Amino acid sequence: MSNVSVKKKSQIADVWKRLCRNKTAVLGLVIFGLLALMAIISPIVLDYETQVIKADYSSTLQAPSAAHWFGTDELGRDILFRVMYGSTVSLSIGIVTVIVALFFGLILGAAAGYYGGKVDMVIMRIMDIFLAIPGTLLAICIVASLGNSIPNLVIAQAVSSIPTFSRVVRGAVITARDAEYVEAARAIGAKDGTIIFKEVLPNSLAPIIVQTTLQVATVILSIAGLSFIGLGIPAPRPEWGAMLSGARAYIRDYSYMCLFPGLAIMTTILSLNLLGDGLRDALDPRLR
Amino acid sequence: MIKFIIKRLVALIPVLLGVSLLVFFILDLAPGDPAKTALGEQARPEEIEAFREEMGLNNPFFVRYADYMLGLVQGDLGTSYKTLDPVGQEVWARLPNTAVLALTSTVVAILLALPLGIIAAIKQNTLFDGISMFVSLVGISMPVFWMGLLLILMFSVKLGWFPVAGADQGIKSLVLPSFALGFMHMASIARTTRSSMLETIRQDYIRTVRAKGLPEKEIILRHALRNALIPTTTVIGLQIGSMLGGSVLTESVFSWPGIGRYMIQSIQGRDIPSVMGCIIIFALSFAIINLIVDLIYGFIDPRIKAQYK
Repeated sequence: MSNVSVKKKSQIADVWKRLCRNKTAVLGLVIFGLLALMAIISPIVLDYETQVIKADYSSTLQAPSAAHWFGTDELGRDILFRVMYGSTVSLSIGIVTVIVALFFGLILGAAAGYYGGKVDMVIMRIMDIFLAIPGTLLAICIVASLGNSIPNLVIAQAVSSIPTFSRVVRGAVITARDAEYVEAARAIGAKDGTIIFKEVLPNSLAPIIVQTTLQVATVILSIAGLSFIGLGIPAPRPEWGAMLSGARAYIRDYSYMCLFPGLAIMTTILSLNLLGDGLRDALDPRLR
Repeated sequence: MIKFIIKRLVALIPVLLGVSLLVFFILDLAPGDPAKTALGEQARPEEIEAFREEMGLNNPFFVRYADYMLGLVQGDLGTSYKTLDPVGQEVWARLPNTAVLALTSTVVAILLALPLGIIAAIKQNTLFDGISMFVSLVGISMPVFWMGLLLILMFSVKLGWFPVAGADQGIKSLVLPSFALGFMHMASIARTTRSSMLETIRQDYIRTVRAKGLPEKEIILRHALRNALIPTTTVIGLQIGSMLGGSVLTESVFSWPGIGRYMIQSIQGRDIPSVMGCIIIFALSFAIINLIVDLIYGFIDPRIKAQYK
């Protein structure tokens, strides 16, 4: 057993080395790291009640200045603070959603890929039905029915992400399931669950990791879109898409309000895309 | 060919049945009494009961679903709770607007992406290549509604070239929405075109035509492009879903009178039959466009056409 863990470590180090050689991937990693840091420290350094959501009618609609770097919105709230706190909202919901979707996607995809035959057909036909509705529309449909709250938003986004994950996992499992080490595990009498989770999945991780990174970007973008049309994070919680939606009414005279939340969304998505592309190259050198 | 199309259309039936059942089920979970939504909170109980009976709301789930599907195959999308008009009428009236927006933005995306991707590939590792790939990366990462807001800010508010919203100024109204939606897709199409072009121009047959002494322009446009376009077509096809989703947001930013905006308004009014109708139409369009993309493959690649039996 000790041999296995030593090999694993060297593999991770290998991937890490390849990732570090890729300049754009490192850029993505650094930017995302900074954003994650901002998401973690914002709730600590900012007081949610007084600095993020409390209206201050003495300082409404102020252009960016030394006192308010990003200006203030129509309720006199500091846009910088709201953009900062927005990272906590977007990243945490994005990551939680993807973890939920990944969990179900792993189970469904692994079962479909490993067992094949009827199990595969039933699971994948159901996934096809979900995939026949564009993701954003499926999410809109779910939120429209259940109402917009954070748990419902997580459900909506997770449901529309599960088919993507189960497809990727299924594909990866199919490539790995006929390998000799799987046959060996079966020969020594390992149970299906053990084979899937201990043998097959660890060897099919590369595409799953890449998809997970990219899916966080997709989910954050989609939540911002839903919030923009009023179906996302409920007010007054700061969310970038919702902030842009509020800024729309003031675009003529207070255009700075439209800039910073959008820039925040773009930076986040860009960093995750760079990182995802870099991971793909680093995890699977054959693709280069 | 015809046989292939028919086969694909038949294969669509179970998927669309599943989609309608799924959407019907999800929307059925909505809390609140539709009768109250339609008649108002002050409605008398007997009025509500009469409405429920008339709309078939008292029937069990599967009976209501079967009723809905029976109507659907006859082209009836149900009755709006808000206006009591047929949903089909509202949706058909807006469908051309959404179709025009989707079509022009696809054209914009392709017209921008192909030259960008091809030139970036030919001039690999030059400044042009770097800039165009950076622009594409930004395009992929930019939310379509933010792009829309920035376009409005620049070209409507500051320069006054185009209207801020609506569709009543003909082509002028169409420019900004189709550019916003097109830009998002331009990005991935350009990236794919570049990488498939790079791969194609290293193939042996390109070396052969180059050795024959053909001019570079002819090599690229007549010999390389057609093969390089296959992955590009795949990407265009893959993006249809996100384009339909994006069109909902774009219509919302530009107050474009299409199905997407109607759907959002219906959601805000809790008008479930209208929401259902819009999603069914979107899913149906999604399926049909996917089929068309598959057929386009055949025209680009005769090897694929040979499989259409």
